[in-house]
Amino acid sequence: MKILVCISNVPDTTSKITFTNNDSEFNTTGIQYIINPYDEIALAKAIELTNSGANGSVTVITVGEASTEPTIRKALAIGADNAVRVNANPADAWYVANQIADYVKKNSFDLILTGRESIDYNGSQVAAMVAELLGLPSVSIAKGLSVEAEQASIEREIEGGKEVVSASLPLVVGTAEGVAEPKIPNMRGIMAARTKPLEVLEPIEVKPLTKFNKYSTPPARGNVKLIDENNINELVNLLHSEAKVI
Amino acid sequence: MSVLVYIENTDGQLKKSAFEVASYGKDIATQLGTEAIALAIGDISSDELTKLGNYGIAKVLHVSSADLKTFVNQAYASIIASAAKQHNASIVVLSNTFSGKGLAPRIATKLEAGLVAGATSLPTVSGDSFEVTKTAFSNKAIASVTVDSSIKVITINPNSYAATETGGSAQVEAFNAPVESSDFGTIVKDIVRATDKISLPEADIVVSAGRGLKGPENWAMVEELANVLGAATACSKPVSDAGWRPHSEHVGQTGIVVSPNLYIAIGISGAIQHLAGVSSSKTIVVINKDLEAPFFKVADYGIVGDAFVIVPKLIEALKAYKGN
Ligand SMILES: Cc1cc2nc3c(=O)[nH]c(=O)nc-3n(C[C@H](O)[C@H](O)[C@H](O)COP(=O)(O)OP(=O)(O)OC[C@H]3O[C@@H](n4cnc5c(N)ncnc54)[C@H](O)[C@@H]3O)c2cc1C
Repeated sequence: MKILVCISNVPDTTSKITFTNNDSEFNTTGIQYIINPYDEIALAKAIELTNSGANGSVTVITVGEASTEPTIRKALAIGADNAVRVNANPADAWYVANQIADYVKKNSFDLILTGRESIDYNGSQVAAMVAELLGLPSVSIAKGLSVEAEQASIEREIEGGKEVVSASLPLVVGTAEGVAEPKIPNMRGIMAARTKPLEVLEPIEVKPLTKFNKYSTPPARGNVKLIDENNINELVNLLHSEAKVI
Repeated sequence: MSVLVYIENTDGQLKKSAFEVASYGKDIATQLGTEAIALAIGDISSDELTKLGNYGIAKVLHVSSADLKTFVNQAYASIIASAAKQHNASIVVLSNTFSGKGLAPRIATKLEAGLVAGATSLPTVSGDSFEVTKTAFSNKAIASVTVDSSIKVITINPNSYAATETGGSAQVEAFNAPVESSDFGTIVKDIVRATDKISLPEADIVVSAGRGLKGPENWAMVEELANVLGAATACSKPVSDAGWRPHSEHVGQTGIVVSPNLYIAIGISGAIQHLAGVSSSKTIVVINKDLEAPFFKVADYGIVGDAFVIVPKLIEALKAYKGN
């Protein structure tokens, strides 16, 4: 089975998020970048499904500038067999999805995995866009995935429950928690990653459709009102008459 | 020109978020001087669909056929996109639910439309410029996004836009859209619903607990508190990682993002990744034995003390309040 895993390079989850250039750009100073946590789940699943390369191959693809290479190398260290970097700024989901779809058209895959969303722009868009561009079925928020004889069974998250969905390959799946446990690279993996192939491709021409052009931080909350534990009724009163939520 | 709103249902009942998108679509339509049309797919009675009139929807397009009773991602997207074309929609609005996340990118691709997922406000439109805000960096920022395509697709998070009753009536019309066999790439085999539970993403009140509760055997009081309040239950990541609670309850940056009216956090420290998923809650109550816990910095009300003492007392106080 040939699997493509789409990797997004995102700020570490503990990063303090600030902006520069008159609040029009994300301030990358001092930011540590990581593999998007949901993409780590997708990668772990791909390695599991190919039995660490014994039963197929795992290619990772990222649309990003040269600065994203440490993140791609980390994916190789975790266990991907080879990597592709489309040398471009990932302007928006439409731009990224078109680059990935173009690569898939030229190099067919049985399964394309992405994370359910990236933790920077939180779009949840790439999986279903890639699928639509390729005319393939997709499941956007999967919390379980198994594949047997070209047939996939996916547990899809729904409000207040889950749906079990079946689809035949090729297929696009956006993975969430439950699909696999993220893997940590070991020393051997890190050594091996240095020599694994990382191909750099120039992007195809695509016009982005959206632009993030101004940022602000959410308004801070007022000071907490502390209530004595022996006076719980006061909390009930405040929730009723002040916050008006009960 | 029109604004097309996609309406979700669960077993024939319109979801709460359906009325929120209806109001959002109606308010954009008013802004643009046009009308809001709704589209619903599935086994839904006309009585149920006409309820949308009360939220400013003039016309409801209804697609009902045996093979579309359950969610078929590609087919649903095809239908919504062809309704958008037929009705000359310049904006398509969906709810940013699990299904909405599967549909919106496909519809946007079919229409070559820019998509803004998780918008937090009405768009600002002037001439050709179209701008809308959305959360970014997992609730740590708000971004203003411009959309350059002639058609736009917008999704809004459940609980982020108030449904407002306007007192109108809607006319329901059957809508026939061509779907192809290739649109049935996914087949629903089973649906498992926790029927006695309130859906977490849509809940008005969420009672959430963390590692401070020591073990799964101590969740009875969390569930009882949720019951008294008519709330959904949630938990922090280590709690679901340890298998004390199901993954579907995990809220935060790598879990579900919620924005209820009231979020009660019990024995949760308030790590940045946890706060990312809950910080847009309208009111936050924190119960923690450690006054230094970061959660108190973002809380509206706090009680410092032992959850095992406080939660039972709170349950009693709420029961007395509800009894009156
Ligand atoms: C990449 C990444 C992603 C993550 N994503 C998420 C996420 O989505 N969601 C999430 O929740 N976490 C996430 N985390 C984990 C996060 O960093 C914290 O570790 C986690 O939120 C802590 O959970 P907790 O508050 O339940 O436990 P702890 O940090 O152990 O806190 C327990 C709290 O309970 C209090 N307590 C103990 N006993 C009592 C008592 N008897 N009465 C009252 N209070 C008591 C303590 O004072 C303490 O504040 C992520 C971490 C990483 C690295």
